Amino acid sequence: MSEAVKVPTMAEYMAEGKRPEVLFWVGCAGSFDDRAKKITKAFVKLLHSAKVDFAVLGTEESCTGDPAKRSGNEFLFQMQAVTNIEVLNAYEIKKVVTACPHCFNTLKNEYPALGGDYDVMHHTQFLKSLLDEGRLKVEGGKFKGKRITFHDPCYLGRANNVYEAPRDLLRKLEVELIEMKRCKRNGLCCGAGGAQMFKEPEPGNKDVNIERTEDALETKPDIIAAGCPFCNTMMTDGVKSKEKEDSIDVMDVAELIANAQDL
Amino acid sequence: MQYIPNIIFVIALIAGIGYFTKNIRKVIRNIRLGKDVDRTDNKKERLNNMMMIAFGQSKMVRRPIAGILHVVVYVGFVIINIEVLEIIIDGILGTHRIFAFLGGLYDFLIGSFEILALLVLVSVLIFWIRRNVVNIRRFKTLKGWPKNDGNIILYFEVVLMTLFLTMNAADLQLQNLGAEHYIKAGSYPVSQFISPLFNGMSEGALILLERGAWWMHIVGILIFLNYLYFSKHLHILLAFPNTYYGDLKPKGQMDNLEAVTKEVMLMMDPNADPFAAPAEDEAETEPEKFGASDVTDLNWVQLLNSYTCTECGRCTSECPANQTGKKLSPRKIMMDTRDRLQEVGDNIDKNGSFVDDGKQLLNDYITQEELWACTSCNACVEACPVSISPLSIILDMRRYLVMEQSAAPSDLNNMMSNIENNGAPWPFNQMDRLNWNKE
Repeated sequence: MSEAVKVPTMAEYMAEGKRPEVLFWVGCAGSFDDRAKKITKAFVKLLHSAKVDFAVLGTEESCTGDPAKRSGNEFLFQMQAVTNIEVLNAYEIKKVVTACPHCFNTLKNEYPALGGDYDVMHHTQFLKSLLDEGRLKVEGGKFKGKRITFHDPCYLGRANNVYEAPRDLLRKLEVELIEMKRCKRNGLCCGAGGAQMFKEPEPGNKDVNIERTEDALETKPDIIAAGCPFCNTMMTDGVKSKEKEDSIDVMDVAELIANAQDL
Repeated sequence: MQYIPNIIFVIALIAGIGYFTKNIRKVIRNIRLGKDVDRTDNKKERLNNMMMIAFGQSKMVRRPIAGILHVVVYVGFVIINIEVLEIIIDGILGTHRIFAFLGGLYDFLIGSFEILALLVLVSVLIFWIRRNVVNIRRFKTLKGWPKNDGNIILYFEVVLMTLFLTMNAADLQLQNLGAEHYIKAGSYPVSQFISPLFNGMSEGALILLERGAWWMHIVGILIFLNYLYFSKHLHILLAFPNTYYGDLKPKGQMDNLEAVTKEVMLMMDPNADPFAAPAEDEAETEPEKFGASDVTDLNWVQLLNSYTCTECGRCTSECPANQTGKKLSPRKIMMDTRDRLQEVGDNIDKNGSFVDDGKQLLNDYITQEELWACTSCNACVEACPVSISPLSIILDMRRYLVMEQSAAPSDLNNMMSNIENNGAPWPFNQMDRLNWNKE
């Protein structure tokens, strides 16, 4: 990452006696997955460009416990949750933004009952609010007029009824936003949720990500936009298996905005 | 002697309603076998949901063809029941068309019942074609009893509506003949076209036809009422409580198991004494079971869900796992839960209290392969027109598999041990979490 972009940690802020406006919860995919790291960096660039005073937990961050909970390991989930809540509460965190809908859902909905009550936003919601406040400039740039279809992440869409924030951002990019036949509350899963990301699928006649990629390809897109690192992986794999990776990109909404401005 | 029909009618009514009540009490008893869960909050929102989703059919019409046809049958069913009220009063008192004094309003009511009856007949015919002729996967995949059950209900509707119209057609003939008791009342926009079929019949034959249709109509309704308990069709009653008690939380929010919270908080409490003897009242109680392996481990709302399910299959048709050929079908999860609950209920009826039958919901009804195919995407929950959550049952059963049996697929065990050891589902060191910033 270029020198200009600094990513402060909560520990550093604490040492200086400062509090950031918002905590950026990077998540496991955003921290470790090579593809998702690019999303993390793009989002950080946008935060800087909008002059958002943010910090990350860095080495003090740990898995939210989402995949453990969906697998049925409530015990491990709650151990993770309670530990994370101790860290977050010690830093007196009020507002959290994350680029992962699974972290978003867990932090927002499942932490409060365990003592962790924060104002949690998905990065597309946060970027939309920056846009509305006039802090972030989103304009066409190189994606103007491109055919883009948005794949709704289940844990952002159906799970939490957030459908418009990512679409509003894409419209601002002056792209040609085309909906798949199954979208919004009828959107089809990419196949990664419920901890499926970490296991082989059960026997069947097709992989879920292929089915979903076919939905996307029907719209003849230049780009498939995603809002989740796991959806991104699944759709990227799907595009590859259809041998379309040379003509179709799978990109996160944050990457699209950052790239449009050549950040 | 003249009171014999009244007496027979009252006996039929009491028997019909009595037997139905007995069976409904069993349903309630079975639902109460579930664990307690508090759904007494937000009464206003719950009432609103019930009015919108069950009464207003708001989710039914998301699929316009099936939705609108269903609304027709539903409205027909509800409104034609006003006619049933008249039939019951006539039957008990030995009167004929007791509401006729309403005059113009009566004509309007009878007229609209007839039009609805015709619309119901047309809708039911289309339903039958959809179920048996058109290639609709969610109906094609129903075999055996569930398939027959769906058709039997349609046949019931056809018979009841036909009897209703026949009764009116014969009545109209009798009114025109000026037969005794058959006062001129009502308007007959549909049966006036059936009526000519009976031209030339004697008054006696017409009375026999009219009475015959009247009796078979009301007896048919009582049989239909009692058939509900043995069929998938209880939704006509249970959709209302089911939408009222439905989950109000965001769909992504899964409940935190309280029993686990207690353990976790104890582990995290530095002042807890690990060697402390259990409290007096705790010593004898068995530790709570995590998750569900049988219906009695589920909560009562999940069991109510299973009785409410009418096997429409919208859930399964939206399920990503099912669409890609996996064994999982959310509809089957609900049907299995009800079948097993019914089996447990019958066991209690037979033995006084439940006697172990060596069976359970897990493995004997729902296989692990089905459970592990779920992506927890909530498509099934979103699709259900009456607020059923198959996902919550799947999750509770996964909890049993993982926390009581350690029976997760090995890939998932690796993922979980990674989270335990290094705070991420992959084997990366937590100390490297900020390295993306240096690359």
